[in-house]
Amino acid sequence: MVKHVLIIEDEPNIVEALSFILSRDGWAVSLHADGNDAVEAVQRKRPDLVILDVMLPNKSGFDILKDLRDNADTQELPVLMLTARGQNKDRVMAEKLGVSRFMTKPFSNADILSAVQELTLC
Amino acid sequence: MPRETLVGTRIRERRNLAGLRQAELARRSGISASYLNLIEHNRRRIGGKVLQDIARALDVEPAVLADGAEASLIASLRDAVGDRAGGVPELQRVEELANRFPAWSRVLNESFQRITSLEKRLAAASDRLTHDPYLAAAFHDVLSSVTSIRSAASILSDTAELEPAWRDRFHRNLNEDSARLAESSQSLVNYFDNTEDAGIGITTPEDEVEAFLQAHNFQIPAFEAETSSEEMIQVEAGKMRSAAARFMLESFLKQYWWDVQALSADRLIKAVAEFGIDPLQLAQHLLVDVTLVMRRLASLDENQIPTPVGLVICDASGALSYRKPVAGFAIPRFGAGCPVWPLYRTLSAPLQLFQTQMTYSGDQRGVYQSYAIAVPVTPSAYNQPPLLRAYMLIRPVALSKSDAKPRQQPENEQHTRVGVSCRLCVEVSCAARREPSILAEGL
Repeated sequence: MVKHVLIIEDEPNIVEALSFILSRDGWAVSLHADGNDAVEAVQRKRPDLVILDVMLPNKSGFDILKDLRDNADTQELPVLMLTARGQNKDRVMAEKLGVSRFMTKPFSNADILSAVQELTLC
Repeated sequence: MPRETLVGTRIRERRNLAGLRQAELARRSGISASYLNLIEHNRRRIGGKVLQDIARALDVEPAVLADGAEASLIASLRDAVGDRAGGVPELQRVEELANRFPAWSRVLNESFQRITSLEKRLAAASDRLTHDPYLAAAFHDVLSSVTSIRSAASILSDTAELEPAWRDRFHRNLNEDSARLAESSQSLVNYFDNTEDAGIGITTPEDEVEAFLQAHNFQIPAFEAETSSEEMIQVEAGKMRSAAARFMLESFLKQYWWDVQALSADRLIKAVAEFGIDPLQLAQHLLVDVTLVMRRLASLDENQIPTPVGLVICDASGALSYRKPVAGFAIPRFGAGCPVWPLYRTLSAPLQLFQTQMTYSGDQRGVYQSYAIAVPVTPSAYNQPPLLRAYMLIRPVALSKSDAKPRQQPENEQHTRVGVSCRLCVEVSCAARREPSILAEGL
């Protein structure tokens, strides 16, 4: 069965590259670019994994992660967080909120694929 | 040891430097060797003819032996060492140090001065790197472009049979992102070029307006002239390079111009001569709003009033919209100020005028009198709280810990210890601390 990843990221060229490498790897990919209704998008699309950017328009990735962890349906959902802010305090904040994996930009395609595969191993 | 008792020590130092035996110096000075021995061990006070004879024999000015190291060097060393955490147990012997080893003392003093100067530059740079929204956005832009380029390049390089449509798309992305990266990088280079001197550069609208105000010493004398007109606002604001800076300066100048119409500098200076720098008394005497008095005091030349004043203005979010510093009391360029400032307290008690004496936790631990009030800036409306703006006027009471002690506290006044912002404050155990200090706890 094809697994489904939702990419919540507002940089179109990064989204395009991520979509390509994940599709090539056999994933069904859907996209969302705004922070405001990102939680609703997750609940509607019910992905197997979420790739979540930190700096999004209208609502930060940290707030979205918190909402996902506060919701029983998405409490266990694997979330791979991407950020251009590599400060330790951001990593600590993400871990405190229950992130599954935290990666800083720029990342390699191989690292992303490997992280996604590890996080969705049953 | 008191300075006058060290004359003998200085004579001994000078004699040794000149390579003279005690007996020889005694002979040249016309005194006995045993008397010179007592003098050199500071067991006899000397002055007058004997001092002059010894000075002549040593080929130095009598004042060099009598006064020793410059008072400024001693004071400077005492201040520098005294500011170090915990102090130095031998601080009371700083005078002896300066007299016995003047050259080393100067080196030590210069090192302290350099450390202080570097700490200030580090603080300014750190403040900017941490809080400057322009830098945060620029770095984000660079990293996003690099990420996209890396991914696209990797796909083009590693995918053996890439469909032409995808290949064209990633080529186009590479082109777009590399152009974006070049632009962001150039912008960052320009930014840091401008900040080379003191961590301060004209790159953001706030910087532009602040540079304008500092260059004008926060005064627009042309507005005070009888021939001034409102059109001058556009002329001055038009000097800004960015539209955002023009908007900000125009808002400031409009307020300034109307303030001048409502309260002339001459009228205010006369009132200050009678009542001193007390905004409430001045407002009551002049029958004007107290915030008008604060703004006008901050626009006066320092020579026109008894003591210089600083002024900080913030909106209801605590964001500082006006910063006029006063000697020894730094105001952060970015981010929020010290949460203990009475400025912020006013936001929960609008229209109440707070008079607070503050001890500043900076290098000099100066004492300042502050007057703070929050006032509505929007008209009354049903069921809507007014938007507030808070003002804090700052007046130095004593500029240095060795300068004067804080005056006695009036009964209706509070006293509080404040800093510049948590990041640049040395009060480690402050209950209001929100982040570690780079000065007290290291980077």
